[in-house]
Amino acid sequence: MSAFKDPFDASTSLTRGCSCGRHTSEADHQADLAGQTSDSELLGNRVVEAAVMRALFPEDATRRRFINAVGASTAMAAISSLFPLGMAKEAFAQSGNLEKTSLKVGFIPITCATPIIMSQPMGFYARQGLNVDVVKTAGWAVIRDKTINKEYDAAHMLSPMPIAITLGVGANAIPYTVPAIENINGQAITLSIKHKDKRDPKSWKGFKFAVPFDYSIHNYLLRYYLAEHGLDPDRDVQIRSVPPPEMVANLRADNIDGFLAPDPVNQRAVYDGVGFIHTLTKDLWPGHPCCAFAASKEFVTKMPNTYRALMKAIMEATAFAAKPENRKQIAEAIAPANYLNQPVTVVEQVLTGTYADGLGNIKKDPDRIDFDPFPWHSFAIWIMSQMKRWGQIKGDVDYAKVAREVFLATDAMKLMKEAGMKPPATTTKKFSVMGKEFDPAKPDAYIASFAIKRT
Amino acid sequence: MNHLLSWRAPLLSLIVFLLLIGVWHALTLPKSSAPQTVGSEYAALVGAEASTGQKSAFPSPADVGRKILEHLREPFYDRGPNDKGIGIQLAYSIVRVMIGYLLAAMVAIPVGFLIGMSPTVYRALDPYIQVLKPISPLAWMPLALFTLKDSSVSAIFVIFICSLWPMLINTAFGVSSVRREWLNVSRTLEVGHLRTALRVILPAAAPTIMTGMRISISIAWLVIVAAEMLVGGTGIGYFVWNEWNNLSITNIITAILAIGLVGMLLDLMMAKLTKLVTFTE
Repeated sequence: MSAFKDPFDASTSLTRGCSCGRHTSEADHQADLAGQTSDSELLGNRVVEAAVMRALFPEDATRRRFINAVGASTAMAAISSLFPLGMAKEAFAQSGNLEKTSLKVGFIPITCATPIIMSQPMGFYARQGLNVDVVKTAGWAVIRDKTINKEYDAAHMLSPMPIAITLGVGANAIPYTVPAIENINGQAITLSIKHKDKRDPKSWKGFKFAVPFDYSIHNYLLRYYLAEHGLDPDRDVQIRSVPPPEMVANLRADNIDGFLAPDPVNQRAVYDGVGFIHTLTKDLWPGHPCCAFAASKEFVTKMPNTYRALMKAIMEATAFAAKPENRKQIAEAIAPANYLNQPVTVVEQVLTGTYADGLGNIKKDPDRIDFDPFPWHSFAIWIMSQMKRWGQIKGDVDYAKVAREVFLATDAMKLMKEAGMKPPATTTKKFSVMGKEFDPAKPDAYIASFAIKRT
Repeated sequence: MNHLLSWRAPLLSLIVFLLLIGVWHALTLPKSSAPQTVGSEYAALVGAEASTGQKSAFPSPADVGRKILEHLREPFYDRGPNDKGIGIQLAYSIVRVMIGYLLAAMVAIPVGFLIGMSPTVYRALDPYIQVLKPISPLAWMPLALFTLKDSSVSAIFVIFICSLWPMLINTAFGVSSVRREWLNVSRTLEVGHLRTALRVILPAAAPTIMTGMRISISIAWLVIVAAEMLVGGTGIGYFVWNEWNNLSITNIITAILAIGLVGMLLDLMMAKLTKLVTFTE
């Protein structure tokens, strides 16, 4: 069921292809239809109705039977009595005054933060009437504390962090949200140049690795990768958490043998001749999420208009960054000392995907990094499955509930549409990591299927 | 003879300086220009050293000199919240240090005075002071961020807590070791308590108090760099961190020199003040 379809219409097709027959899929049909609908308020209402209906009737067939049995208007009235539909629609449609126009948004100087950073020099924030200061921050723990302390209104975080904060692991439990993912792919395993002949992970016993943070997709991917090659990430190697800007210096000083890090750190290691890129993480899990745009639940509920304007800016920036032809221009905008503080060529190699690998080859991977804001619930569930696999969370977890509360997929759908992007029709999908399929409906079975785990 | 001696020390300083620069220069001479081992297309994508199969090198004195001139030419530029001139960064740090330091002085000197006046209180509080004194400023930082909920206040708090102890201990020590005879004389003359404190004890303990204050300002200046590296935003510590992020050793050396110079100036200032209150018996 699509977000923009009338959920009280029992006659639309549920099978493949679209209801009018002119489009290859229902999503395309909806996108076309949404383009024609000029009344955005109506569209907003749809999104809210659809979200509520989807929550009440996860099965399309059940919903249909219900509507056929009682009639659309009765169904709507019945649901309104259970759920304040009017209020939800109103909250969503409001585009009133901004509660606050001067905002501070924290970021870590890595290319994952591209949409957050570029919105400042390239005017995406200004277009929404916001005056945003993007503030460079020294590390993940500091960015977490400064956001919790409300010094920052919103911040760039690693996508597992808001989940960890919400669950209260590694910090006091505070309800946190991810209104948008920033980037997909864009990480790599880099090894010290002295290991250029040790390309087989089985020969990595005793290595010291760095990851940006304990609660990072990097940590989970590196552990996954090592475990798939038979190494126990807790016993056979050492994994420590090092802030990205300090990784190259540590690799140079031989403190670590390699890292799974965000760019431009990997490319910088190549630029300085201290390391080579062993593998891009997109080859482990194509389209994996990395960093997220995060805000406290309080900010989202107390300043809905500001939140919407901010998200709109981020969505538009993300849509702009997703186009390969814009990447060079973005690299020039975000490389200066005020933002990433890196040579332009390093940032450009990361964003364009034509790069030196550190071993004398020039590689071309146009999707080395990509930008897709949609916060899939299945991403959150996978992250939690790995938190549980490595003993970061114990006991039973209501995966779907936490995913729904933290990853704001419904809002993202509407905002993506407004930014001219095509949101997906569902909030979960199956995907595979290193060839092994993950079914978001059965996370516990997934965890149980691994040989190396800490449960 | 005296005239000659007064020239010798600066001359020796100059020789040491030239020697250091000479050794540095010799060590950073480019290694017999190794042939480029990769294609020119690849070389354009990496740094100069990486294209010859080496790691990026330590900068030469000339590189650093050029960078310093560049900073001196434009010390106060402001290109957004994360990129400000070295002069502005130093000013931020100095302001922070001064606030934290003065707050510490306002607490340490009166409290130290009271502790020093009573041997019992002195002995009772001594264990606490000894435990709190050696704690690294960075150990306080997470606690400060968590409780004070503001990074710039936390940085000032860390300065405060670290410059407190030397002043407190020295004040207490100075006050407690005022010569008995002087106190006895004032008692014989029936001088009031407050007057004894201000006219006898304070001047007598002043040199020791000032020594404590001099130690404290050095510590405060040491601490600010570390604190700013951690919380980021502004200040010379942030500048060092930001350039570390960019692996720009030339900028880091420039910053190190600037930190050293400011530290020396602060110390000189306190030394001059100490001279004002010193007395000979």
